[in-house]
Amino acid sequence: MLIPVLFGMTLITFSIVHLIPGNPAQVILGETATQEAINNLEENMGLNKPYFVQYGIYIQDLLQGDLGTSLRSKTDIAQEIWPYIAATLELTFFAMIFAVFVGTNAGIISAWKQNSLFDYVAMLIALVGVSMPIFWLGLMEQWVFSQELGWLPATGRENSRDPIEPITYFYVLDALLQLDFSRAITVLKHLILPSIALGTIPMAIIARMTRSSMLEVMKSDYIRTVEAKGAGQFIIVYKHALKNAVIPVLTVIGLQTGVLLGGAILTETIFGWPGIGRYVFDAISFRDYPVIQSGILVVAFFFVIINLIVDLLYTYIDPRIKY
Amino acid sequence: MKKLRWLTMLALLGAFMLIVAACSDDQDTSSNGGNNDNAGSDDEQVLVFARGGDSESLDPGSTTDGESSRVTKQVLEGLLQFKKESFELEGALAHDWSVSDDGLTYTFQLEEGVTFHDGEPFNADAVKLNFERWADPSHEYAFSDDGYAYSMYGTMFGGFKGDDGHVIDEINVLNDYEIEFVLNRPLGFFLQNLGMTYFAITSPKALEEHGAAINENPVGTGPFKFVSWSKDDTIVLEKFEDYRVDGLPKLDKVIFEVIPENASRLIALRSGDIDIMDGLNPDDAASVESESELKLYTRAENNFGYVGMNTEKEYLNEVEVRQAINHAIDRQAIADALYAGYANPAKNPLPPGYLGYNDDIPGYEYDLDKAKALLEEAGYADGFDIDLWTMPVARPYMPDPETVAEIVQNNLGQIGINVNIVREEWAPYLEKTAQGEQDLFMLGWSGTNGDPDYFLSSLLHGDNAGSSNRTFYKNSEVDELLDQAKVSVDQDERASLYKEAQKIISEESPMVTLVHSTPVLAASAAVKNYVPHPSTSESLAEVELD
Repeated sequence: MLIPVLFGMTLITFSIVHLIPGNPAQVILGETATQEAINNLEENMGLNKPYFVQYGIYIQDLLQGDLGTSLRSKTDIAQEIWPYIAATLELTFFAMIFAVFVGTNAGIISAWKQNSLFDYVAMLIALVGVSMPIFWLGLMEQWVFSQELGWLPATGRENSRDPIEPITYFYVLDALLQLDFSRAITVLKHLILPSIALGTIPMAIIARMTRSSMLEVMKSDYIRTVEAKGAGQFIIVYKHALKNAVIPVLTVIGLQTGVLLGGAILTETIFGWPGIGRYVFDAISFRDYPVIQSGILVVAFFFVIINLIVDLLYTYIDPRIKY
Repeated sequence: MKKLRWLTMLALLGAFMLIVAACSDDQDTSSNGGNNDNAGSDDEQVLVFARGGDSESLDPGSTTDGESSRVTKQVLEGLLQFKKESFELEGALAHDWSVSDDGLTYTFQLEEGVTFHDGEPFNADAVKLNFERWADPSHEYAFSDDGYAYSMYGTMFGGFKGDDGHVIDEINVLNDYEIEFVLNRPLGFFLQNLGMTYFAITSPKALEEHGAAINENPVGTGPFKFVSWSKDDTIVLEKFEDYRVDGLPKLDKVIFEVIPENASRLIALRSGDIDIMDGLNPDDAASVESESELKLYTRAENNFGYVGMNTEKEYLNEVEVRQAINHAIDRQAIADALYAGYANPAKNPLPPGYLGYNDDIPGYEYDLDKAKALLEEAGYADGFDIDLWTMPVARPYMPDPETVAEIVQNNLGQIGINVNIVREEWAPYLEKTAQGEQDLFMLGWSGTNGDPDYFLSSLLHGDNAGSSNRTFYKNSEVDELLDQAKVSVDQDERASLYKEAQKIISEESPMVTLVHSTPVLAASAAVKNYVPHPSTSESLAEVELD
């Protein structure tokens, strides 16, 4: 499945990228460019060849593991792209930890104590969370926690005066691998504000999904049986009910993780996070065709992988599901 | 239960990490105003300079990007350089120079005993090699196959090797520390070009060693040497101990950090994470000025924003209409509303202070009655409908194009011209306005070599119609004046020619020059000796931290 999906992606992105108006040579050179300079650069970048030839070259390179060269930075994309991916994966991971932890628990307790004050407040927060503009939330976080209280850094992945020697480009992991705990904590501190900003919408969606899924399960016969056996409420909710309610929640978690991978661009912009969203977005404004194509392809790849993991988790949690 | 363990574990891990991170209290982050909380050795002077976008390339010759030259300025040097606050020239790698009487031969005496960061000696051969690399696309270090193009060289020196317009005929190495440039015709701003950051000298050994990866491994003779670059994040430079000027640089390390959002960048400055920020919103200038831990800086004006009029379109091909439009737009209102006063109304398509700036030109005062009278004279007393293309990106000369478009729409509405605002993305915007699809449009221009030719010829010479001249203004008299000024090496003569050209341009009114902006920056009060340069690329060699 993976191969045809990715191949389809290359065709779609290549077509869209070349259909959007605008000439990369013109944008790279800016408003001060002369016509000769533009023609010159176009020729150097191979943009004067017919589209199908360009696509052929692209696919041929791709099959050899070559993601192409950025028109703008003239750097190998395969070499350039990993730090961006790592930055986004790290942020997505922590955002989802926040979203899953807070979201599921809020949903579970809301369902458990249905129509209580907690339920109302939690669902109100979830509603606000879904509709909150990330841009505004991010700036408010920075204003309160960085500028006013001075607790947390406002931007970036690490203390740039004292950078980490990257190994995997997952900075938390890199710091831990080097047994450098003070740097690890610095990096974690940098992760808190963007993770919350990015995780708020998934958190709210997960909370609502968990609540409705739990409510349904709590009404079923086997829960009544468990109650009749005299099990405590906590055991009933967290052991017996959650087990059956978790499948739809897991689906939502998988989808939301995929969304965050490509859609973290606002968070990445506000928090100066050098992630894949910004990489591709900048490439779009500069019409950097190879970067757009390869960037989207890589995001699609991770999206497919995450969905695969979720599918496998289904069978693990519910052995009745078979593929 | 067992099957749920993963979820529980994940949740607990998350909770644990958040708690650990929140409770831990080490001092390396954001203690308010604390600037020297840089870990590492005790008195190391580390400066963090934050800006909105990353550099495109660190090979100065093959880029036209201001964010790139801001960094390469620290790492590489050219033969000449601009003085701290102006475009006046002073020596850099050349300490003396002379011009022959016919204006065709320039001879430079080079600094002796200078070494590149890789230990290679700097000499005349290195200079020659760099110029040949830019001029000749088939040169072994031109890297044309890797997509390198030297467009700034082409623009400034009239093309490349073999082109008719290419002005440099030959480069002769007279001895190790003396080099001669022979031109095939005089070029009034030849020396001025050599002061530009783009024409900085790279170590020949580094070109050989890094090949096309030279854009990520710059090696020059500048005060700081390149250490590392993580894209869209930070570029780290460190002190070059053998810098040719004794006692400089003062800083041990300079870090250029990308923070795209202006508001976030200001918060980072206030919380001490960074030391200097470029691109302050003019609206925040007043509050920065009132804070004792911060200091406000302005760059001298070196640009102007304009509303161009496509002189080949209906209505706009009539000079009375263009003059009427010029009278109808309230420049002062735009300066006050958008730049919080950090801009001056512009009457010429050239910043004040430039050679030949014509201050005698009265400019078009805001006068609706005059505008209406002119329209009536042209036979359009009832007005007409027209398109105004608004640029989709913010620039220092146009920080909020949308609002400017609305003010212009409103202003012109008052004299009966009904403006329809057209929005295009940046790439097609540049392309289509060069092809002349627009009626009215918005754009601007920023100087790089401090010479009037770069403004006036690019924007208003008939030969550039359809590329940088997007008003399609063609006047043979103006072209003649600009051509003469271009080849003259007598700067007084040049000045009077440019003054004359501005007079005709003002009368014929192909564009509404709006404002010259003075971009604002903010820095921590601990930063000393920082002087912003009008070109946006300033050396940080003398900067220090308290």
